[in-house]
Amino acid sequence: MNLDDKLSPVVKNLAPSGIRRFFDLVSQNPNAISLGVGEPDFTTPWHVRDTAITSLETGQTSYTSNQGMPELISQICRYLADRYELSYTNNEIMVTFGASEAIDLAFRAILAPGDEVLVPEPCYVSYTPCVELAGGKSVPVPTHARHGFKLNVDELKKRVTPRTKALIVNYPNNPTGAIMTREDWLPIAKWVKQRGILIISDEVYSELTYKGHHVSIASLPDMKEQVILINGFSKAFAMTGWRIGYAAAPGPLLQGMLKIHQYTALCAPITSQIAALEALRNGLTECEAMVSQYDRRRRLVVKAFQDLGLPCHEPKGAFYVFPSISVTGMDAQTFAERLLIEEEVAVVPGDVFGSNGAGHIRCSYATSIEKLEKAFSRMERFLKRHRKAGSTGTAIQTHGA
Amino acid sequence: MNCSLQQEVLSLLNENAKLSADKIAIMLGESKDTIETLISELEETGTLLKYKAVVNWQKAGIQKVSALIDVKVTPQQGFGFDALARRIYQFPEVRSVYLMSGAYDLSVAIEVDTLESVGRFVSQKLAPLDSVVGTTTHFVMKKYKEDGIILDDPEQDQRLVITP
Repeated sequence: MNLDDKLSPVVKNLAPSGIRRFFDLVSQNPNAISLGVGEPDFTTPWHVRDTAITSLETGQTSYTSNQGMPELISQICRYLADRYELSYTNNEIMVTFGASEAIDLAFRAILAPGDEVLVPEPCYVSYTPCVELAGGKSVPVPTHARHGFKLNVDELKKRVTPRTKALIVNYPNNPTGAIMTREDWLPIAKWVKQRGILIISDEVYSELTYKGHHVSIASLPDMKEQVILINGFSKAFAMTGWRIGYAAAPGPLLQGMLKIHQYTALCAPITSQIAALEALRNGLTECEAMVSQYDRRRRLVVKAFQDLGLPCHEPKGAFYVFPSISVTGMDAQTFAERLLIEEEVAVVPGDVFGSNGAGHIRCSYATSIEKLEKAFSRMERFLKRHRKAGSTGTAIQTHGA
Repeated sequence: MNCSLQQEVLSLLNENAKLSADKIAIMLGESKDTIETLISELEETGTLLKYKAVVNWQKAGIQKVSALIDVKVTPQQGFGFDALARRIYQFPEVRSVYLMSGAYDLSVAIEVDTLESVGRFVSQKLAPLDSVVGTTTHFVMKKYKEDGIILDDPEQDQRLVITP
């Protein structure tokens, strides 16, 4: 029996993750300094872990309501209001297994077969597969280094069709570190409003905004009604392994998502929910301390790439930089592979985040300053050997504002 | 002087005294000159006292004996505890001296090479001081964390090497 034939065609045709092959390569190289890690290098604040431990000691090991613990949901409401000027009520919020589950639920709740979703690229690797698994069609929308990888309404207009159901946005952005200001959002909001397109807004990096404050598209006038807002605790509170996030959306959309969640997941793990509640109640100071550390590293990393002569727009959010490596004449895969083999530094080739990430690499600065500095001195050696003949490498362009 | 900048510089150096002014300037988005000037001001005013390393002596194969001594004191007319504290902190084996609330008055931490030296210090140097009424000596049996630094070997980075 050929078991491959037993797989659903959708799953069979799903492209394997571009990161997988590279992951295997890096894993064979234990001495490599990895700038490829997409999660905080901090551990969860102790008081959050301690609260979870106590909850286990006191036997809090049951299911919770499908939607999540009421105290946590109320706390999320307050947090969204205080932090991002968003007014959700308790029945517009649900707790999920990380932001990841919420993304999957959102697509499954809204997509009919053949519905199209506009997916700005480069982007997080899960969006297109989740759209396809939900029976939809992913329509890539390029964002460009020259715009600081911000979303441009003209690019959206070129790709919209009568089947366009939704647009997914992710700011602060993985992999580019781009953010969107209120002014950046206005034309998008206006257009989306006119077309009646839903927005799925993955704001998991919202706390990691440097210079200014994160603006959720849902906070713009009259936008909340057509936004599914997704956030989580992984990045803000260094809680990736707890798998805990949430979605906020107008009643009917949230009820749709909740229907799937109750049959497929039942509820998010109670221990993680208790930890998340503690994080929101008492963890914002630690969150701010982590953000200020990321910010210092961010400045160091941007300066280092400028010194290396790799053009790099200034990332204002998340913990990634996305420099161009075209001065080397190599494609991103070759660059990343050779850098790993020759100098034991791991970065992620930009094309795994979508075809217009080609010619770039993603470097995470969720790594200690000592390691970052070591990585940069290795990269300097590497670039000395591989700078394309004729390229001075001194022409530094800084993109975006 | 910009208070929050000063605080940021101090906390960076407190974390890592080896950081150069150049690096600090980049990390805080300031000019190198600003940071250099600020640091020399902080040095001149005695805000930045010293740059030193936190050493795990045990790892270096060098045994040190540490003890915490509770000291009960009769305060002196006109000087309170300060005059005695000053006499105590002059001894080179004394690592720290704190005035405490509670059951005793001064907490004195010492670090010496041998057990006997602790005894000698207490009986010959500390106890005979005029206003010292009594002492209780506690030996440190194991150090887990010092100056905010955990002395156990750091945990390996458990994160996957590449994640999306």
